[in-house]
This record gives sequence, structure tokens and C-alpha cells, in this order.
Amino acid sequence: MTKQHRYLPTTEQDRREMLDTIGVSSIKDLFKDIPESTRATKDKAIALEDPLSEQALVRQMKELAGQNVTTDSHAYFLGAGVYDHYAPSIVNHVILRSEFMTAYTPYQPEASQGELQALFEFQTMMCELTGMDVANSSLYDGFTSLGEACNLAVSATKKQEILYSKALHPQAKEVIGTYAYGMEYSVNEIGLNGTRTDMEALKAGISDETAAVIIQYPNFFGTVEDLKEINALMEASKGLLIVMSNPLSLGVLESPGKLGADIVVGDTQPFGLPMSFGGPHCGYFAVKKKYMRKIPSRIVGQTVDADGQRGFVMTLQTREQHIRREKATSNMSSNQALFALATSVFLAALGKVGVQEMAAQNISHAHYLKNQLKQKGLTVLSEDDFFNEFVVQLDRPVAEITEQLLEEGIVAGLDVSEELGWTNAMLLCATEKRTKEEMDKLVSLLTGEDK
Amino acid sequence: MTTYNSLLFEISKPGRKGYSLPETEVDQTAVADILPAHLVREEPAELPELSELQIMRHYTGLSNKNFGIETGFYPLGSCTMKYNPKINEDIARYSGFAHIHPLQPEQTAQGAFELMHRLEENLKEVTGMDAISLQPAAGAQGEWAGLLIFKAYHQANGEGDKRRKILVPDSAHGTNPASAVVAGYDVVEIKSNEHGRVGIEALKAAVGPDTAGLMLTNPNTLGLFEVDIVEIAEIVHEAGGLLYYDGANANAILGKSTPGEMGFDVVHLNLHKSFSTPHGGGGPGSGPIGVKDYLKAFLPSPRIEKTAEGFTVSRDHPQAIGRVKGYFGNFGVNVRAYSYIRSMGAEGLQQVSEDAVLHANYLKARLAPYYDTPYQDHCKHEFVLSGMRQKKQGVRTLDIAKRLLDYGFYAPTVYFPLIVEECLMIEPTETEAKEELDAFADAMIEIAKDAENDPEIVTGAPYTKAVRRLDEVTAARKPVVTFQRNSAELKR
Amino acid sequence: MTDKAKLYFTEEHEWVEIVNDTLVRIGISDYAVEQLGDIVFVELPEADTDLGAGDEFATVESVKSTSEIYAPVGGAVARVNDALEDEPEKLNESPFEDGWLIELNVSADIDVSGLMDAGAYDDYVSSL
Repeated sequence: MTKQHRYLPTTEQDRREMLDTIGVSSIKDLFKDIPESTRATKDKAIALEDPLSEQALVRQMKELAGQNVTTDSHAYFLGAGVYDHYAPSIVNHVILRSEFMTAYTPYQPEASQGELQALFEFQTMMCELTGMDVANSSLYDGFTSLGEACNLAVSATKKQEILYSKALHPQAKEVIGTYAYGMEYSVNEIGLNGTRTDMEALKAGISDETAAVIIQYPNFFGTVEDLKEINALMEASKGLLIVMSNPLSLGVLESPGKLGADIVVGDTQPFGLPMSFGGPHCGYFAVKKKYMRKIPSRIVGQTVDADGQRGFVMTLQTREQHIRREKATSNMSSNQALFALATSVFLAALGKVGVQEMAAQNISHAHYLKNQLKQKGLTVLSEDDFFNEFVVQLDRPVAEITEQLLEEGIVAGLDVSEELGWTNAMLLCATEKRTKEEMDKLVSLLTGEDK
Repeated sequence: MTTYNSLLFEISKPGRKGYSLPETEVDQTAVADILPAHLVREEPAELPELSELQIMRHYTGLSNKNFGIETGFYPLGSCTMKYNPKINEDIARYSGFAHIHPLQPEQTAQGAFELMHRLEENLKEVTGMDAISLQPAAGAQGEWAGLLIFKAYHQANGEGDKRRKILVPDSAHGTNPASAVVAGYDVVEIKSNEHGRVGIEALKAAVGPDTAGLMLTNPNTLGLFEVDIVEIAEIVHEAGGLLYYDGANANAILGKSTPGEMGFDVVHLNLHKSFSTPHGGGGPGSGPIGVKDYLKAFLPSPRIEKTAEGFTVSRDHPQAIGRVKGYFGNFGVNVRAYSYIRSMGAEGLQQVSEDAVLHANYLKARLAPYYDTPYQDHCKHEFVLSGMRQKKQGVRTLDIAKRLLDYGFYAPTVYFPLIVEECLMIEPTETEAKEELDAFADAMIEIAKDAENDPEIVTGAPYTKAVRRLDEVTAARKPVVTFQRNSAELKR
Repeated sequence: MTDKAKLYFTEEHEWVEIVNDTLVRIGISDYAVEQLGDIVFVELPEADTDLGAGDEFATVESVKSTSEIYAPVGGAVARVNDALEDEPEKLNESPFEDGWLIELNVSADIDVSGLMDAGAYDDYVSSL
């Protein structure tokens, strides 16, 4: 007798009735097509632990979760692409609504208007922030968005080389390296001048073969790159300017679109998405109108129904794999729709003023922290044009200090000594969530006042 | 269904807000003081301004115009729309999972690594593979990563330049050929035989020294098990190629067989299908891949290693294909999938497959008198019907899909796979009660009758949704993909 | 008014109009357009592109399908029908006139031996 599982409604009686209708005597008859040599048997059954009741599951999972240091227990000065930010409570409440959470891709638009409209609003807000014409309804994350942007640039320009700044997130470099391995084009790095892209090297690097130049804005070290100057360097080139941007910074920074970007990508994690150990987050992808039909993945468009009433559908679908198969612009199928929704709720809550205010608070906090450290005699390697992250040089190895800070309830910044070629270099981040008290404590610990 | 039909931007009013930030306790730094003027934003982004309740009403209004599994039966073929357990949502939101940073010191995230390790071990069992990477974010990314592993393997054997072709059956998901292309491969399509399976002769004719591998979904998108899988694997392996298992349809074989036993070399699973994590209206998903021992070296980097001192992240993998996604994949999704596996156990998963297959065959048996069934064999977890009989009455499959919405169901997958005309692909899953299956069958039968007697009622559907049938032609001809602030007021 | 009787056709439903000794105009037939349904987008080549006979030069899209269009004769692209960019529906409405696709400069004598005249094409279509 099979035990009835809480997720499975079918009873023994149901099974009997269904088998009768099908006209077979046993469930085994429905699995006869699996060749005997490959069938699971008693001797080679899959081995998993026994199933848990809900209570037992909760206990086990709480035990695992309890082993981790979290933002509830520690003050995080760690950023480097993933940030501890304020998320209004309503973000979670909206995405928990099962009509959104448990829906599939909106293949039947008449039964999916809520999702489609929310994605249309998401696209609009991403275009507003980035200063671009068209945005898709999300991709896996910021780095895969960047990889897709590289593929687009190579296909649009028919050129074979991607140039990226060394001030690009190291994991972004790894991901575009994998994209390039797939499509067989080359990627080359432009060096640094301090914590920013070396303009002379970039100028020398751009050639007839350049499909795109990738600049992170603000860059991996927090420094705000001068996109206008970079765009000017690319004047004579047919290559595209791809900008990867922390969208929160665009509350106060000039939009990449206005400064000449052809493609703007990034991750909306700072907009209300939990850090979740690095995923799921939400990649965004925005372009100038010229590249609209080369965008990867789903785009929502406005239309009317049979009665002339406004409605929304997935559009420009011939770009996509389910229609164009091997000729598609990308292999992307699923996206991060639920987190595009979360992003939209966040942006609706913060609104026009709140995004500016939150971005400004990030600048104020990070600059306060920098000023304090400088006053206490530490060397700050970043110049003053940074957003919410900067690099400081410590008097001891980063690993050693990280250990010490952990005991004091602080998660330290990232060790970037290797990336910058300086000793004891730490990338510190102070978001709007870091209090003066936390920052003052960090300063005293880093400057040895507490020793 | 509500008639709420406003955009955020239309209900916005300057001065309102839906957030609260504390007063800054430190001296403010003006952006104009640290940046050159041309890098300071001139015009603020036109984001809406709303109060909290307005926002909640807006999204509640939108959610009322959306259909999820908890709204009703969702028989979307190849998408495995099963129940998404609520407890898994609670667990993914535990602070120790949701509020941890991927770059925080390894010793402070041991619980997260332990969970990933246990999930990898479980997925090894379920797939019959020797090593797993949790990095791919979804099925398509798993495919791409898997094919890059093919590429790295052939290159390591000095055959990279020679093996440039990936074989894909004509019934395959569109992601298969598209993934092959972004992995740098040419695609060769294999025609299905009259039984809806990969034709052995067609396969033999296609394989050769230029074959890098074959991608296969098993059971395939027609819901049919590839009965010749052992021979197929032999043919491809003999030719020096590798086999890729697209796990989109794994729900049919959990605990019954494994891709490993069938002879596959690389596999992905869609944790948002077979392992119950919610689809979220299109994502996030998770698409872990598994490989046999001889391909382990090529798996994406970094990897989680268990050592005497605890878990650690290892990065020194010179033969690895690289990184396909940031950090450790969609960890939050993986937490849910692990919770599901622990809730089911091996017997539970086997019951899942048995009931999923039983339900599909039951529905097929009930509908066979009313719709064309292009393949007569017992199906696995899904089956296809053809609407050709109804087309003769002027009712297209698209019309049937729209009419189902009026009965309170979502529609099946339609016009896919491409090899069946007027195709309806139906996957009921194991979590639907028999009463629900019967109600759906009754509705399908009624629609079939209407198609004969009163076709207009079908072709004019839907009538009960927030909108009537939408004009996709205009949407594609004159794309409007953002809110047009300055355009003339559209009819609402 | 383009006279269909003066056009030459391929089995893939492209038509060619010989404008003069050095110029031809190319489009797709009424039958092709009907098969494609509502056309939502037409992708055309850039001017000066050199095409060989049989080369793919355009893509015509409906909502859920795409079709490649092949050059019936070779030549250099002299002009493309830019109007289709904003109004692809012209192709549905008027495939032989407003819905033309491209004009080619041709240097050598135009070889129509492999093409059908209008009568032969009509017979061909009715045999499909």
C-alpha cells in the first residue's frame, strides 16, 4: 500500500479507475517502453534519504541556514556586485501572490495580462534609468546579459574582437570569456590607470576589428568612468559601446544612453532583490532602437484586443529560439520575470525621488567612511569620483583583518590586492543601510584604535 | 476578473512616495562635488510616484488578471506545471539563505555550501551521473554549458576542428539548436520516424567523423519514450560523438530510470519543472548539469569541494569551460528544489512519475475519441493531439486554446512540436486530482462538439478574460515596447 | 501599374521585373504573401551588397514565422524599398507594386532561362 503524500492527490481508487479507462491492468504496463537494461530495479534504485515531514524539513533547513553569517547578525561592508540594500516589505508581498509566482511564461496573453503589463512597466523603467530606447523583460543576471551583449555586438558589426576594461567585475570577465569560447571570437583586456580604465591604452587598443568596448559604470572598484570621453575615443570605430551599470547609481549619474552607449546591461539586484548567495538576481538588457530586433529573449509590446481595448503581448518573437531555432539571436528561453516584477515594485515604491535619495545616501555613506579612514591615516587608493565603493590600503593582510572583523560582527570588504597589484587592498562598500555607528566602529577597527 | 487597466505611470502624482529611508546621520556628499558636471544626471528618470496602498492595489489588480497554478489547471506541455510547495518559499526566505553574500568568507557560509553539496549528491542519484554543477541558471544555459563541455572534450582529444556538428531531432525544443549555435556548432536535424521517435536509419546516415554529439529529450516532446535509446547511444558513441540529455521531460522517469543508465554523457535538469520550483511568469529557473566521470574536468568553474576542514570553493580547473553565470547559480531556486527532494524521498519521486504518466494516459484515453491522436503508443508524462479534425470545421488549435481559458483552464502548449500539424501538447502532472482531469476532459469534449455545431463560439473566444483576443500583428508591425508618455491618450 | 504578365518567377515565389538592360526589380508573389499571412517585418540588405543568383538577401516575417528570400538573378543592390520598414503591410496589400523588395544593377545579360513566365507560374501555383 502506497503512502499518500501531501502533494499527490491521486488515491488508490483513482488509480484503479484511470487504469481501467486506459485499458491496462497495471501501472507497470505504462513503463514497459523503458528498455529493461536501463530500468531502475531493487538493486539499482536511486538512493535518497527518507522523506521528511514538514516539521522535520523545517528543523533541518533551519539548522543549515543557522550555520551562515547573515545581514541580520553582521554589518556588511562587502559589495563587489551584490549589495545589502533596503527593500520595502511590499516587494516580497507582491511577488508572493501566486498568480504571478506560479504562472509560466505568458504564452496565452489573454490569461496573462497582469504579468505582461508588469513586464511592460519594467521595460519602461529600465529605459528611463538607462536612457535607452528598448529593454527586454530580463535575463538571468548582469553577467549573462553582458555575454549576450557581446554576442549581439559581434553579430551586428561582423567584427571579431571585444575589448573590456580591467576595471570590469572579475566574474563578468570570466562569463564573457565563456561566451567568446562558444562563438569563437576574441576578448582582450585594457589595463588600468589607478582604479580606472587607462584611456591611452584604450585609445591604442581600438581598431578596425573592434566589435565592442565594455565599460563598467561605476566600475568594479567603485570609480565612475568618464563615458563621454570613452565614447569620443570610439568616434571613428564601428564598434559598439557596451556599458554594464549598477542601476541604483543611475539615480544620480548621467544615463549611459545620453553619454553614447549602444547597449546598457546590468543586474537589478540592488533594487529590492535579496542577495541569496548570488542568485537568483535579475539581468537587464537595454539598447538603442537600431538594435531592437537583435535583442535576446522576451520583449513585451502594447496592442489592442478585438474590442479595441489596450492589452499586452510578447512581441518580436521571430528573434527567439522557439521560432527561429538555430537562427535565433540567442538561445535564451526562461528569464527572471518574477524578479523583474520585484524590481518594478521596488521602483514604484522608491519612485522618481526615492531612487535619487537612496543613491545620494550611498554616496554620502561611502564618502563619510572614506573621509574617516583618510583622516585616521589610511591610504585611500580611489580618487574621489566613486559611487558607493572605494579601495583602501590596509596595514595588514586583508585575510587577517577579515577574521578579526568577523568576530566584531562585521563582514569586511573584498580583497582586491591581486586585481590592482597593490598589497593589502580592500574594496569597501557602504550602502544606505550602514549606520554611522557601524562605520565608526569599522574605522576604529581598521585604524587600530581598538587594539 | 477585474477591469483594472491603468499603468503605474498613469496613476502617479508628484509628491507621493511609497518608501521610507532614515535620515542620513553623516555629512552629505553632493554628487556635483565629486563628479564632473557631464556625469551628473541632468534629468531624473521618470519613475512613478505612488503611496504603498496604491502600489498594492495596482499589483493586486494586475494579479487578478493573471493565471497561475493556484488559479487552476495548467496543462502546458513540456513545462511541468506542478504544485509549488509553499513551505519551500518560507525556507528560501530564511535569513541564512536569503541574506547571505556570495563573496563572504567561506567559513561563514558553510550551511549554504552543505546544502549545495547535498543537492549535488541527490541529483547525481536522480540522473545517474558522476558529477554535478549547479551553476547554470536554466535549461537553455545548461544546454549551452553541456555543449561547451562537448567542445572542450573533443578539443582535448585533438578532434575539436573536426567535430563541428550537433545532431538534433526535428521534435526538439527550439533551445537545442539555438544552444548548439551559441556553442559554435552547426546543427543537423534528424527526422523523426512514423512512430514519433528518432529514426535509426536517419541517425546512422547523419553520424560521422564530424559529429560532436546528439541532443535528445527522453521522453521526447511528443511524450514518447525513445525505445531505441540504447542503440542510439551506441551509434553515437561508436562514431565518436557524445550524448546530451535535455531534462525538460525528466518528470516522467524519476526513480524509474536515469539518463546515466540510458547512455547519456551530459544531462541538465530543469529544477523549475520536475523539482517543483515556481516558474514566476518566466523565471527564475535553475538548470544544473551532470556529467560522467570522463567529463568531470570540463565542468564549469568554480566548484564546491568537501574537505576535512569543511566546504571550500575550488577555482583551479585548467580544463574547465569557464564560468557560465555569476557566483553559484540560482542558489535560492536550488534551496527550494532541495527542500522538495527531501520532502519526497526516492519513493515519493517514483510515485510522482507514475502518477504523472498515469494522468497523461488517462486524459489521452478520454480525449482520443474526439481529437486526432497522431501516435497510438502509451505516452509518458505528456501527449500530443492534433486539431486537424476541428480545422476542417474552421476551428484552429489556437481557437481551442483560447476557448479553454473561458472554462477556467490554462491552455496546453500549441503548435509545438512543429512536426505535428495543429498540435496540442498536454501535460497534466501528478499534482492534479482526478476530478480536475475529468473537468478538463469534459471541457475539451464540449469544445470539440462546439467546433462541429457552433464553431463561432470557439473562434470568438475568449469572452471571460480581462481582454478579448489580442492583436499580435499590430504589436509586431508597430512595436510599442515602453510607455509612450507623450502620445495621444489610447483608448483604455 | 506593374503588369504581372511581364514578370518572371521562381519556384520559391520570387518575381523579377526587367526594368532595363542594367536594372531589375525583385519581389515576392501574391501567392507567397498569402501563404505567409500578415507580414510584420521585412529585413532588407544594404545598398551596394553584391548578390549571386540564389543568394539569400531578405527575410520576411509574420508573427510566428520567418522566411528567407533568395535572389533569382545576381547583381549589386541599387536600391531597397525603405517604405517597408515602417509599413510592412504594403507587402500584403500590393506584392507586385508598393511591396517590391530590391532593385539590382546587373552587368551581364539577364538570364531568364531558369525562370517561369506568368502563365507558367500560374500553372505551377495551381499544381501545388
